[in-house]
Amino acid sequence: MSPSSSINILVPVGALGLGVKESDVFARVSDADAIACDAGSTDSGPAYLATGKAKYSRDSIKHDLSILMRAQAKAGIPLLIGSCGTSGGDQALEWTRDIALEIAREHGLHPRIALLYSEQPPELMAKKAEAGRVTPLAPMTDSDPALFRACDHIVALMGPEPYIAALEAGADIVLGGRSTDSAVLAAVPLMRGAGLGVAWHAGKIAECGSLCTTHPREGGVMIHVGRDDFTVEPLGPDNQCTVETIAAHMLYENSDPFLLQEPGCTLDVTQAIYEAVDQRTVRVTGSKLVAQPYTMKLEGASGCGYQTIMLVGIQDREVLANLDRFMAQMHDVLVTRVHANMGERAGEFDISLRAYGWNAVCGEKLDAPTAAPREVGLLLVVTAATQEVATQIAKTCNPWFFHLPLNPCQELPSYAFPFSPAEVERGQVYEFKLNHVVHVDDPMELVRTVYINAKEKADA
Amino acid sequence: MPKVSEVCRHVRSKNAGPFWITLDLWFPDRAAFDRYSSSQAFQPAAIGALYGIDPTQIKCFPVPDLCVLKISYPRVRAQGGVMERDMHGGQQYVRLLDVML
Repeated sequence: MSPSSSINILVPVGALGLGVKESDVFARVSDADAIACDAGSTDSGPAYLATGKAKYSRDSIKHDLSILMRAQAKAGIPLLIGSCGTSGGDQALEWTRDIALEIAREHGLHPRIALLYSEQPPELMAKKAEAGRVTPLAPMTDSDPALFRACDHIVALMGPEPYIAALEAGADIVLGGRSTDSAVLAAVPLMRGAGLGVAWHAGKIAECGSLCTTHPREGGVMIHVGRDDFTVEPLGPDNQCTVETIAAHMLYENSDPFLLQEPGCTLDVTQAIYEAVDQRTVRVTGSKLVAQPYTMKLEGASGCGYQTIMLVGIQDREVLANLDRFMAQMHDVLVTRVHANMGERAGEFDISLRAYGWNAVCGEKLDAPTAAPREVGLLLVVTAATQEVATQIAKTCNPWFFHLPLNPCQELPSYAFPFSPAEVERGQVYEFKLNHVVHVDDPMELVRTVYINAKEKADA
Repeated sequence: MPKVSEVCRHVRSKNAGPFWITLDLWFPDRAAFDRYSSSQAFQPAAIGALYGIDPTQIKCFPVPDLCVLKISYPRVRAQGGVMERDMHGGQQYVRLLDVML
């Protein structure tokens, strides 16, 4: 590319399913060299990876993907979606693939679609750990192979290489499994000769769409990536990027605002300079890239017990004036009753009482004196080995959760249950188990690519 | 002695991956940043005591160009497990607000 030219990436939204604005995309797509965004994250917890189910509704994904696929077809430019279906696991990727094929059928579109799979068999990752090819990231210090075998699902975060390979092989649309957000946006600029540091930095700044603008809920942005600089502008005509909104995005959800670890490299923005081009556009220079041995971050999750919950509202003024004592008494009464009634059948269990309106979020004793609240919602969370046992424990707790008086000789109160039945089966609890990187000899080593011709699928 | 909430124009917290929480403190201007961002209250020992975290694991990043102090600390438990009370860590900044500088 020439020093003055740029590769333009239309980033329509911070995450597929949040709400792509059709008019913004179609107004700007003719200026773009590619459309790119991600569709996933670990942000909302381990359940999505452990179950393979997406966070957003199918209709929300279809709405956004339909706009992007029609824009892709109109402009004849690549469309890249990373981390499909929230977790980017194989099941989530294929769920997204099926939506894409449905859209293609309904709109008479015939794109060549590449699917990039990056889910990893737990046994393979355990073997990598045994071979010393896995490194823990702080605060973890352990790469015990058992940790990997205990995961239900593991994904490896891809860099830009599989996206570039798919585009070079002729794909119109690339649906990726779990990938780093920046890699999906940086892929086309890197493929077409943009500067390494600025391509990655632009990818990082734009990865949440308009979160780097003055109106963070207003759709997307366009990045123009050159050899030595990049600029960012919002898609919406009334929105703005300012030096502060752009520079501050390096703070967002990053534990380090200056150094960003990516597959095969570290982005260093310590010397980056942010300047306003006009009222709505910011130019960035000075982004550096330091090559590193190629690693892929691993995310792994699994189920760990089941929960049943109950909620009561309490307005009783005497209870509220003595809430810490009341909750401690209740916890003792409930645990004792479960042991007495269920014995060993309860197995290993946990009863957690959380008073919303008092200290449920922090979970710690408040400084005295704190004024009594007007009312609290007292949540009881039972965790046990199976759903059935968790529910039996909750039902065993029910009479005293509902009727426990503050003092022994008082008439039995009745707190305010909002539901009948009182107990709600919450399902399985999940946990993240991995915070590691796996070392690979080649960026494609752990990636499988499958090509689909949507026309053949439609004709079949 | 002023409180954090009286000095900073904006304070927020958020998860930075499933194993870390990050706090961003915006000071109103460079003078306030220079005066307060290296306060004892923001040192790893004090932050560790406030959040129940090993101080050696806490990372502090002054960002003078933005008049921001960033503090990142590991979660006691990974995000989203049995004992989770704040999935996105978005309310964890609140306990900083009344800290005296």
